[in-house]
Amino acid sequence: MNRFPFAPPPRSPEAEELRREVRDFLKTELAGTTALQRAESWNGWSAEFSAKMGERGWIGMTWPKRYGGHERSALERYVVLEEMLAHGAPVSAHWIADRQSGPLLLRSGTEQQRLEILPRIAAGTCFVCIGLSEPDVGSDLASARTRAVSVDGGYRVNGTKIWTTNGHRSHYMVLFCRTGDGGERHQGLSQFLVDMKTPGVEVRPIIALTGEHHFNEVVFTDVFLPADSAIGKIGEGWQQVTSELANERSGPERFLSSFELLVEMVRSLGNSPSDHAKATVGRLGAHIVTLRRMSRSVAGMLQAGSDPTLQAAIVKDLGAVLEQEVPEIARLLLGAEPTSSSTTDFSAVLAYTTLHAPSFSLRGGAREILRGIIARGLGLR
Amino acid sequence: MTQTENPLFDMAGRLFSDLCQPKDLADAGTGQWPDAAWSAVEAAGLPGALIPEDAGGFGASPVEAFSVLRAAGEHALPLPLGETMLAGLLLAKAGIAIPSGPISVPSTDQPALKLKRSDGRWTLAGSLRHVPWGRHVKTVVAVADFEERPYVVLISTNGMAPDCADNVAREPRDSFTIDVALKDSEIALSEFSRLDLRAIGAAMRTQQIAGALSRVTAMSVRYAQERVQFGRPIGKFQTIQQSLAVLATQTAAANAAADLAAEAVTEAGVETLAIGCAKVRCGEAASLGSAIAHQIHGAFGFTHEHSLHFYTRRLLSWRDEFGNETEWSTRIGQAAIEGGPDRLWYGITDIGASR
Repeated sequence: MNRFPFAPPPRSPEAEELRREVRDFLKTELAGTTALQRAESWNGWSAEFSAKMGERGWIGMTWPKRYGGHERSALERYVVLEEMLAHGAPVSAHWIADRQSGPLLLRSGTEQQRLEILPRIAAGTCFVCIGLSEPDVGSDLASARTRAVSVDGGYRVNGTKIWTTNGHRSHYMVLFCRTGDGGERHQGLSQFLVDMKTPGVEVRPIIALTGEHHFNEVVFTDVFLPADSAIGKIGEGWQQVTSELANERSGPERFLSSFELLVEMVRSLGNSPSDHAKATVGRLGAHIVTLRRMSRSVAGMLQAGSDPTLQAAIVKDLGAVLEQEVPEIARLLLGAEPTSSSTTDFSAVLAYTTLHAPSFSLRGGAREILRGIIARGLGLR
Repeated sequence: MTQTENPLFDMAGRLFSDLCQPKDLADAGTGQWPDAAWSAVEAAGLPGALIPEDAGGFGASPVEAFSVLRAAGEHALPLPLGETMLAGLLLAKAGIAIPSGPISVPSTDQPALKLKRSDGRWTLAGSLRHVPWGRHVKTVVAVADFEERPYVVLISTNGMAPDCADNVAREPRDSFTIDVALKDSEIALSEFSRLDLRAIGAAMRTQQIAGALSRVTAMSVRYAQERVQFGRPIGKFQTIQQSLAVLATQTAAANAAADLAAEAVTEAGVETLAIGCAKVRCGEAASLGSAIAHQIHGAFGFTHEHSLHFYTRRLLSWRDEFGNETEWSTRIGQAAIEGGPDRLWYGITDIGASR
């Protein structure tokens, strides 16, 4: 009767052993970081930190060794991810490649792409961005207009991608674009691996309301891509991209974005908070514990090779609700004013999280899109 | 194992489906004791599901035993089955013989019972508050402290006149004022503290809430597919789809939380904070979920004739029993704050990690 079961996450003693190792590493590596830096978490960029993680074997953990991977379980990988996020490690540089571009190449890439790119991703020295959205194409991805036209020896690409996180400092882009005009709108779409140094690729910054530069607009003007840059089969981009999204939607980054604020909130409450404050902290804890179980359950499903698309949408939707609740709860509980140049950690992190919160239910699939996917799973569409 | 791959869950579901037709549920709501239903549940051995095999139970794991209550919630089984299971576990672990028939456990712990010993005789005084089906059972089990140690007490309430009350689902929640002498066969040191007892009770309610939420989700989806307005089933409207999706996410969270609670009752002991998290999450899901289900069902769902209320009124009752969200989240928050901000994450990962 339970429509969307979340099987109990598999036990993994190896993963718990690894957890201690990761915590020791983070204690050393993150010594001296400020609360505000920790609050950035998976928006925080450090090529140096990514390389150190690569040295430890904590990127591409589940991939085959012949591609630079470490053949560890999805549960072990999960432990590394959640420890990084909970401690506020700057993991942005390698995050997308580790989470979805690497697995995409493993599933659908050519042998040459795998051998050339995956070991560098796993080493934490090769960063990848994603070219999905376009100025006129947001949630309605299948309407992509950027087009790759077949030419002698490859493809010529024209169009514009937008909201490309880290586009200005990535080595490659996984480009999603139109290659044909099928009868069905989900046909005729393909993915390509694009070297960001290719002539005709122009990256223009988009400054977020926070004043930060993560986003970009990437313009393709008569960009030549060699034939062997296609990922998977020409025309099957839609299927490839939707299976990529289950990886994108279920991880711990979908409910831990506000975690540092919770930590600073508890710090500010001190040793003798009111019962109301205790109950407020406890309630958020109960939500995180439940979401963590659901998210680890999805890791177990990925490990077992089953399709967690619906479960991933559920984790992401519930997670975004929680992440957005935390700053609202924190400001009312502490009565502090969020100030960006504050000397108190709590106020600074509150300001940071308050400003980022609107993005939590947009990035990785807008709330309404996720709920549409869930409704389809209920048989309503 | 997931709940749905569990033979005990399947068996219980089939049995409860037969026993819990709308007429049966309506009759139970008028205060009638469904004697035939109890006999069928007893014949299936379900009241002993939590009792260890060496004490005469059938040796199901706690996770399997709790799945029976998931099914009970799904069908709104109007019987103190969880309470009898819980009493059986307490008595068996304390080495007290388990009486036959339904047994109840109070869902409110305050004020504490006063357990005394003088001249080699035990006496117990105080009130037993909100005893499920108190008027129908002959025995109530509780945990009371004496010299800072917990004791299981078996209280014969046969012939006592309770203060009768019902929860909003019209399930009996009666109270007794007692001042009784206990025989030596009615008291023993308990493996479980008062808090443990409250937690196991809360774990039972999380199963029932998760089951009932699965039921109202299925009912709401079906209703939206059948109810036609503006020339099409209302389930075709995006706004209805979005509401039903939210209901489904709450139901999924409640079921995952209930799994966590079931796993938290083990041979080694009771992980009260894990259960607390589950009770908080399930309580919140019950509130949000029943509200959405009613909104989808419109005025029909507000009638007694429609079956929706059998489940939603229980959801609205169970969230408050064996500790509401405030009680449990205060306990969780207390532990988190004692641990301090820099160990907050460690506390979260410790929950459920010992198994």
